[in-house]
Amino acid sequence: MKEIEVNLTINHKKVSRTVPANWRLLDLLREGFSLTGCKEGCGVGECGACTVLLAGEPVNSCLVLVGQAEGKEVLTIEGLTAANKEEELHPLQQAFIEKGAIQCGYCTPGMVLSSLALLRRNAEPGVKEIKEAISGNLCRCTGYKQIVEAVQLAADWLKEDGDYIE
Amino acid sequence: MSFKYINKKINKIDLQEKVTGKAEYGADLEFENMLYACTVYSEYPHAEIVEINTAEAEAVAGVLAVLTAEDVPGENQLFGHFRVLTGDKVRYPGDGVALVVAENRQAAWEGQQAVSVEYNPLPVVETIDDALAEDAPVIHAEHPDNVALNSRHNLRKGDVKKGMAEADKIIERTYQTQFVEHAYLEPEAVVAVPDYGGERMTVYGSIQNPFYVRDHTAGALGWALNQVTIEQSVIGGTFGGKDEVASRLSARAAVAAQKFNRPVKIVLSREESMLESSKRHPYRFNYKVGLKEDGEIVAMETEVIAQSGGYNKQSQFTNWRCVIHTTGPYALDHIKTSVKGVYTNTIYGGAMRGFSSPQNIFAIESLMDELAEEMDMDPVEFRLKNVLRPGDTTPSSQPLGEEIPAPLAEMIEEVVEKTDFHQKREKYSQQEGEICKGIGLAVSFRGAGLGGEALDATGALLSIQGDGSVNLITGLSENGQGLKTAHAQIAAETLGIDIGRINYPNVNTAIIPDGGPTVASRGAMIGGRAVKMAADKVKKKMLDLAGELLEEKPENLLLENERIFKKDNIEQGISYEKLVQEAKAVGVLLTELAWFNPGPARLNHDNNQGEAFPTYAWAAVVAEVLVDQGTGMVEVEKLTAAHDVGTAINIDAVLGQIYGGIAMGQGMGVLEEVVTEEGKVETLNLDEYLIPTALDVPEMEAIIVETADEYGPYGAKSLGEAACEVHPAAIANAVAQASGRRLRELPCNLERVKLGRMLSRKDGK
Repeated sequence: MKEIEVNLTINHKKVSRTVPANWRLLDLLREGFSLTGCKEGCGVGECGACTVLLAGEPVNSCLVLVGQAEGKEVLTIEGLTAANKEEELHPLQQAFIEKGAIQCGYCTPGMVLSSLALLRRNAEPGVKEIKEAISGNLCRCTGYKQIVEAVQLAADWLKEDGDYIE
Repeated sequence: MSFKYINKKINKIDLQEKVTGKAEYGADLEFENMLYACTVYSEYPHAEIVEINTAEAEAVAGVLAVLTAEDVPGENQLFGHFRVLTGDKVRYPGDGVALVVAENRQAAWEGQQAVSVEYNPLPVVETIDDALAEDAPVIHAEHPDNVALNSRHNLRKGDVKKGMAEADKIIERTYQTQFVEHAYLEPEAVVAVPDYGGERMTVYGSIQNPFYVRDHTAGALGWALNQVTIEQSVIGGTFGGKDEVASRLSARAAVAAQKFNRPVKIVLSREESMLESSKRHPYRFNYKVGLKEDGEIVAMETEVIAQSGGYNKQSQFTNWRCVIHTTGPYALDHIKTSVKGVYTNTIYGGAMRGFSSPQNIFAIESLMDELAEEMDMDPVEFRLKNVLRPGDTTPSSQPLGEEIPAPLAEMIEEVVEKTDFHQKREKYSQQEGEICKGIGLAVSFRGAGLGGEALDATGALLSIQGDGSVNLITGLSENGQGLKTAHAQIAAETLGIDIGRINYPNVNTAIIPDGGPTVASRGAMIGGRAVKMAADKVKKKMLDLAGELLEEKPENLLLENERIFKKDNIEQGISYEKLVQEAKAVGVLLTELAWFNPGPARLNHDNNQGEAFPTYAWAAVVAEVLVDQGTGMVEVEKLTAAHDVGTAINIDAVLGQIYGGIAMGQGMGVLEEVVTEEGKVETLNLDEYLIPTALDVPEMEAIIVETADEYGPYGAKSLGEAACEVHPAAIANAVAQASGRRLRELPCNLERVKLGRMLSRKDGK
């Protein structure tokens, strides 16, 4: 397999790596950088377990070839934890715990990142907007109700805390 | 009684790692020098294997070997006739024929594509009727009648002939359900790691029942049980599914790991997972019911057949549960039920959340609505007339009302009132046009734990360390349901300590004795009881020691908020940490292994009369739907679910089970069906096999009903499966009202609602 060099920013750090050209962004994150919080669930862009933010937008990283990520910024669940220095967890993560929105946890990193993208563009989403934002992230355990409640709770916390969201 | 941890909303103890992405699932594990393996699956549902051509695959760069049945050093038969790799013939499309072992993922995959197998196709048994036909092809030589291993169960109560003779009206109906996929988000993954010069093996992975897998893996290697250790990874959902497939993958990986003395990893693609793993069995129920003019049911005679598939481990157990519950939570004097399972050359039935009950409840609760209609009665009134109440006996003749609560009649009344059932039903009956609403009721009872299915014993090991921190482990697994948290709550409550002190590792078969599988909604009720016993034993040692130190009788001491003190003088006491240090100093071991063993159920297995279960969990569900008869589209608008849980140990976890159960039940009710044609599985990924998304799920209302039930720890009883089993029936009843047409098959999808049948893909070709 032909190899290509990719240069991108992952979790606020510039990196470059030479990898097989047929690798997906998912493979680069998991195998290239051991960022295993990004999960493979279906490989066809249906389940959302591999969701990461690419240039700020949620994408199924199983549908992105590494070449398509060239020069772009990627945020994974590992970056979300580290980015928030003051507290250990991002408010969204804390809200998922508070609301019991996690069972097996396999969909959780993708759910959190899709929710983050939503809150960045809409600080006060309604239930329907939240459901739409996470409709590409399948969960087989929770029935989504406590996840929706967690996103609402995080939105409330973030509103109280003022304008930060990163 | 007031509690600090029980019956509260407590954040689960294992969420930090999950929400940060640090939790390690099977596919996340890496070991040095690790190999990768892929299974070559059958191309036919039923065929003799003539030759397996491996040369081309072995020529692929990076491929080390292609293993076949001959390479399995030990026993190549697992429980239920499953093979590690099949040798003589293939019996279903997911049968494993060979295993390609390679240096990397890509090479293993290329090798998998390069293996060619020559088959001699055999006649295919596709359906229950095919399997039972007089000249049906035989799938397993050991079972010439195609009836699955030990799958026949009978229940006989009263005299069904006499009951039918007394009836004013006799009604017969048939119901049929579909194959349903677990669709856990995490596809299966295992890594087998050889150790100690090749004489020991540890297997990590997404394994629901580590002791089964350990036994099968040791068997495949021809080793003693203690040479194989299973250490569970974090599991990305299982719902009963990561069982047979986990055993086979673990055995395959271990055989390869032993051969090359290197770690071997197998990770299934979603397509492989859906092909190889078990499904919820299709069941067919033929009911014959005798009724009095006033609507009293006097007798029921039922023949039940499960479709077991190409191999089967579970039909014998699902069918036993089914035989106890076939006639539902109704007071009947005369019952004759006969259940069996049949082999077919299809994907196979296994354990899936409910273990025959979602199928069973769909059938009996559809039947109840149909009987009510035939008798010109309201469905609520008809159920209330026949439902089990205190003073009645269950189908297996267990008395209700004293040790076993029977709150179902009140629960029905509550859920009916909360949903304005009668007003809506009346209003919807006046509707005209294509788009109509409907409302439907379904109820259930569920035998809690394993009961007469198997010995319901399990153990817990609780160990207080020198600094007061605690290790707690059982043989049961955290699958996301919240088992670790519920157990930690029970331990912390009993010991009067902070829950944050408790560390609860995943199951490791070298540490804890075989406590049976994590099935039958037994985690909180049975596992929790073992935890309570272990904590009680440790607590007794602490009170005895504190009694010596405080010069007081232990029974006059209390252990609360990390302090042991005199009941009549709370100032005189000793801190938990100080007591733990003292125990260490004087050699008192604050560690206990407790074993909860209820003994075999007192049940006659020939007629299934006796104590089938220690207690029952009850449920009543109302579904509200919108049906577009132009398209066949069913929108589930609201589900209201009332569940008797005994005591809710953790409120959030209980709600999580109920909400998740609603979504999974909705899936079975309206969306999900594994479609097979000529034995081939057509729905192999989540783009074709649709499970509910956040936009699909209905409004949900949970009603937690708490009853005084002494059997479980702090009164807890089963919920996980009860939470998911009633909804398909309630939805089907609501759809019947909205559409005016009764569907006796699931799911209520576009084709069935619009046309009354499934479209075949061949129709369009």
